Amino acid sequence: MSQPALLRLDKVSKRYGSVQANRQIDLSVRAGSIHAVLGENGAGKSTLMKLIYGVEQPDAGRICWKGQEVHLARPSDAQSLGIGMVFQHFSLFETLSVVQNVSLMIPGRPVELARKIQDLGDQFGLSVDPHAMVHRLSVGERQRVEIIRCLLLNPKLLILDEPTSVLPPQSARRLFETLRKLQAEGMAILFISHKLDEIRELCDTASVLRGGEVTGRVDPREHDARSLAQLMIGREMPNVAHAAPRPPGQERLRLNGLSHPRASRFGTTLKGIDLKLHSGEIIGIAGISGNGQQELAALVSGETRAQDPGMIEIMGKKAGHLGPMARRRLGFSFVPEERLGRGAVPEMSLADNSLLTAHGRNMLSRGFIRRKVERAFTRDCIEAFDVRTPGPDAEAGAMSGGNLQKFILGREIMLQPDVMLVSQPTWGVDIGAATAIRRRLLDMRDQGCAILVISEEMDELFEMCSKLHVLNHGTLSAALEAAQTTPQEIGRYMIGAQS
Amino acid sequence: MKLRLIRRDAASRLAMFASPVLALALTCLASLVLFAALGKPAGAALHALLLKPFLSWYSFSEVLLKMAPLLLIAQGLAIGFRANVFNIGAEGQFIVGALCASAMPVYFPQGDLPLMLPTMIAAGALGGTVYALIAAALRTRFGASEILVTLMMALIAVQILNYLLLGPWKDPRGFNFPQTVMFPDNALLPILFDGTRTNISLIFSLLASVFAYLIMQHHFRGYQLRTAGLAPRAALYAGFSAPRMVWLGLGIGGLAAGIAGASEVAGPLGQLQRSVTSGYGYAAIIVAYVGGLNPLGIIASSFLISVIYIGGDSATVSAGLPVAAVEVFQGLLLFFYLLTFTLIRYRVELDRKVPA
Repeated sequence: MSQPALLRLDKVSKRYGSVQANRQIDLSVRAGSIHAVLGENGAGKSTLMKLIYGVEQPDAGRICWKGQEVHLARPSDAQSLGIGMVFQHFSLFETLSVVQNVSLMIPGRPVELARKIQDLGDQFGLSVDPHAMVHRLSVGERQRVEIIRCLLLNPKLLILDEPTSVLPPQSARRLFETLRKLQAEGMAILFISHKLDEIRELCDTASVLRGGEVTGRVDPREHDARSLAQLMIGREMPNVAHAAPRPPGQERLRLNGLSHPRASRFGTTLKGIDLKLHSGEIIGIAGISGNGQQELAALVSGETRAQDPGMIEIMGKKAGHLGPMARRRLGFSFVPEERLGRGAVPEMSLADNSLLTAHGRNMLSRGFIRRKVERAFTRDCIEAFDVRTPGPDAEAGAMSGGNLQKFILGREIMLQPDVMLVSQPTWGVDIGAATAIRRRLLDMRDQGCAILVISEEMDELFEMCSKLHVLNHGTLSAALEAAQTTPQEIGRYMIGAQS
Repeated sequence: MKLRLIRRDAASRLAMFASPVLALALTCLASLVLFAALGKPAGAALHALLLKPFLSWYSFSEVLLKMAPLLLIAQGLAIGFRANVFNIGAEGQFIVGALCASAMPVYFPQGDLPLMLPTMIAAGALGGTVYALIAAALRTRFGASEILVTLMMALIAVQILNYLLLGPWKDPRGFNFPQTVMFPDNALLPILFDGTRTNISLIFSLLASVFAYLIMQHHFRGYQLRTAGLAPRAALYAGFSAPRMVWLGLGIGGLAAGIAGASEVAGPLGQLQRSVTSGYGYAAIIVAYVGGLNPLGIIASSFLISVIYIGGDSATVSAGLPVAAVEVFQGLLLFFYLLTFTLIRYRVELDRKVPA
């Protein structure tokens, strides 16, 4: 350890109002190291990264770059030092194309940039159409754009916030190879992930955060996932031994040759999708975002109407022509992948966000809102689903992703649905919250609810589902028994090598 | 050192009340400079603009007279604006409302129509609504921008007005002036205070404000409209029909503007004449935004803008201010309001650190 650390944090603290987000954090990242930052929701990881990237400034403490103290007043200061960051919440302009977004940060002619984007995409398996409009891209594709945009700046330190949560196993592998190549060239990488196995495989150092403080510095290769998780949440890991599913019961949701033309040239056409979902079972739809996941979810939820009422049957009734409200009345509920702006209105309080879908639960009297019922429902939801928030009046936009997801999932479960569609249930959510969310879904299954899960996270699908389908290019594979297939087989379906 | 905007966890109540006051102060300051640069007595101009309306009962009653249509139209428009339905052609719906109401006294000049006044108001309301809903139909059916359609339809409404006043509806004994007959007594709105022109349309406007408050803040329909405005995809997810929001947003705006138009001809004008196109429909947009699109805020802002109208009239006389300067004053007010409005959701922080 002769050379000084590339980046060193010395007793860095940051407070937001009454919340101490970071307390006396010490961190040291060497060149050529892949350094993991582990922590639960609200442990202060995102705040810490914002301090390093110059988005926020610390209240106390020092940040040193190559041994020199620096003040990062804005991200461009950090970028000029050679710090790049891929955010968990994307910072892309939806109304611009991929290459236009990139050109906002990177100088160069669009034609040139488009070629570079294509090259990097091919090199690292981050393929994305440079001329596609960002608002048409799935969550997964948007993250690829973010990673590519960072790599174009040739950073010395790359910060990745939950980078693999949207990648298929094959691409995650390729990303790891990329990261190792970058590491070999001397780049330092700060890697935030809740996938403990990944951290153990990839990282040489891990700093564990809990309650805004560093609670451990370990070599993750010398710890098993269980002990890492325990360091992170400060107690024994919740046990994930699930009751075996009971034999499925009555049919609750049925897709009969569901086909739908794409809405735009960036969309996906769905072709003849067949699916049967019974009470007491969880069926998973695996696949990389952008293969029709958004379109399928919108069709099943009623946000898009099917072309023929019979293509979708909910609780034995033709429902393809019904809107989301009517389907909710049939006993259907839906947790969408985007939380802010779709699952919740950012500018509204949690109480008002309860009203969004739960208005049918006695919250209205002659159309007037019954504030007491609304607040009681919200308080129950906050309590029952362990949502960490000041209360029902907190604005949804001010909450962390995992907490908001717990709230939205809680709200939909409290509707006591017979059929649920859950899209990317734990995307960007840390292990503590993710475990809680999966446990809730399994509880719902055991109570007889029929659940369809669309997810890019293979582990999650294998943990919860009894059957799996793979959605690729708008076509759904036949059902695969989860117990009789492997991630590798699913992966082959995902990249279209098998059908 | 530099200023930074930091998003607040929740909207600031203090800033909600302070920002209009700050905007007014900044407007006064800027117009003092402007008036002085024009070589006008700036102090006297401001005195006339902001204080004179309060110095006599008559001029105050004129403020209330102006306030009635502004308040009514702005409440209607604000409901649409909150749902991201931008009806900027309320002027057209106002004119059509005035036209439809005028048809009754024009065809029954002796006042021999039972329920003359209620019929006029109803006709005005219907006319304004239908006229606005044309834009809703074009938006929901063909995706035509309601901003452009309502604005262009306002120009069409002016031409219809001109046609009627120069042709079929012209008062035969009116010395060829482009105006209708004077309306019979039973086609005029009752006066609220003796000796003034303030009529009961002010009551309509205040009732509409209460209605708007209840609907927007406490009714599910208002919640749906707000959701559609704040997060259209969340509205879609919840299953609130987007076309219905457009129909509602435009329909309510047109209804309010139509009633205001009917009240204008049945009130201070007493006949249909060209001066019915006085720009209330456009000024109401400013009123709605200065009031923060909030039903209670709009009551305050409509009062303020009316004061500026009446004060502006007297400023052009007593301080020799050009009419355009009064309009600039209004524009400045909106500009500064939008500037200070930011403080409701963001707080300003001084960057203490010197950049490295």
